Amino acid sequence: MKIGGGHVRGGGGAADGPVKVTQTPYVVGSSVLGVKCIDGVVISSDTLASYGSMAKFRKISRIHKVSDACVIGAGGEFSDFQEIKKTMDGVMIEQFCMDDGYVLTPSAIHQYLVRVMYGRRNKMDPLWNQVVMAGFHDGKATLGMVDQVGSNFESEVIATGYGLYMGLPLLRNAYRPDITVAEAKKLLEDIMRVLFYRDARTSNSIQIAAVTKDGVEISEFYDLETKWDYQRFVDGARSGDVSTW
Amino acid sequence: MFRNQYDTDITTYSPQGRVHQIEYAMEAVKQGSAVVGLRSATHVVLATLKRSSSELASNQRKLFEIDSHVGIAIAGLTADARVLTRFMRAECHNHQYVYETPMPLSRLVLAVADKSQVATQRASKRPFGVGLLVAGYDTTGAHLYQTCPSGNYFEYEAFAIGARSQSAKTYLEKHFESFAALSLEELCRHAILALQETVASSKDTELTTRNTALAFVGRDTPWTMVEDDSVEEYLLVLDAEDELEEGDADAARQQTQQPPAAMDES
Repeated sequence: MKIGGGHVRGGGGAADGPVKVTQTPYVVGSSVLGVKCIDGVVISSDTLASYGSMAKFRKISRIHKVSDACVIGAGGEFSDFQEIKKTMDGVMIEQFCMDDGYVLTPSAIHQYLVRVMYGRRNKMDPLWNQVVMAGFHDGKATLGMVDQVGSNFESEVIATGYGLYMGLPLLRNAYRPDITVAEAKKLLEDIMRVLFYRDARTSNSIQIAAVTKDGVEISEFYDLETKWDYQRFVDGARSGDVSTW
Repeated sequence: MFRNQYDTDITTYSPQGRVHQIEYAMEAVKQGSAVVGLRSATHVVLATLKRSSSELASNQRKLFEIDSHVGIAIAGLTADARVLTRFMRAECHNHQYVYETPMPLSRLVLAVADKSQVATQRASKRPFGVGLLVAGYDTTGAHLYQTCPSGNYFEYEAFAIGARSQSAKTYLEKHFESFAALSLEELCRHAILALQETVASSKDTELTTRNTALAFVGRDTPWTMVEDDSVEEYLLVLDAEDELEEGDADAARQQTQQPPAAMDES
């Protein structure tokens, strides 16, 4: 049985047959990483949307400000992320129009997104994303994630995509409960560099966002400095050690 | 009010710009027995007088939990109140499910008000014949709201609705300025005393564990109802008040500087 839709659309026209929905992602972003700090929370992603092995869109933002206390970053299908951005903006506008001063907390925003993702999954028409939510409310940082099937949790350190395999161990090693936003930014840069070296779908152009008591700050895109003159890398297999590749 | 030629339909205005059917619906609220509500900075208390149709019948319940942080007291058509109760519970649970956080009071009451308003503007419907006192605690503190068949809602420091509620309101007006700083116990005391004002001249000559129920909610205090025998300890404030009054009367009679011991012990 084909995934998605399933029912036959009545009324004829050019698209007879079962309704087709997202089966597989096409234009994808890779990892998003996040760290909870004592004075805020920081997330990072690169600025690449890949089309298979082609680095198609090299300077796009995969991070989005939802409220003055919350940002989201997403890997996975980029068009679905754009849909999520529209949806969350719509929610925040609705809240504003209620005109009662009540603001959705980052946790509430996270849970709302979980409901959206899980609902779509139940319709067998998922938004193919891994979304990281980072917020700061009432003096406390919150960091959570939700994926295309609605699995969600909160944690001190979060990573998606290849970042999960290569980055999360490094994050866990470096994490301390009193880590500061400034230290975390440096840490995330280092890990993004590792991901650029070793993940074929991550670029060295990155973006970092921090949420603190002063609000949301999303950086400009900037390139990571990289080092390609490690002797063993330069010598490579000629030195007899094939493992440097 | 008297019948007139503009009062048959909810969809008809009178030349004075009034919709009489809405006002008649509000009369239904006044027919219900009294409920009293008051709040401090941290808690809200509701006290209700439960009528019974006969000796054989139970006393009609007027307090309903909506969520652990919200509850209501009703006055008017009980069946209509059940509909609103079910609606409010669904709204609260849905909010909790979607946002993982208790529903803010103001939004819940607004939802009730908007639903009530719909019933005042359709030829096929009639207004809800019940008024609610909504008591709850959310991130912005303790709140007491009143909703109305008209679709209006108001926030109060203290209020009463139902039969002879004006007497309770008079008591509340005298004391409300002190409520903000009171403890839960003192708040309950005022609630009982205010409720007592509404029985003074009716056939229920006094508040008993059978005809009185109260509830409270607030900071670190989920909705708690006090009914039947548990009400007894709250009714003791009435005995203390009686002693106070008798003490006053005694003092006046004896014209002595020394107040009787009873007054010191309240």
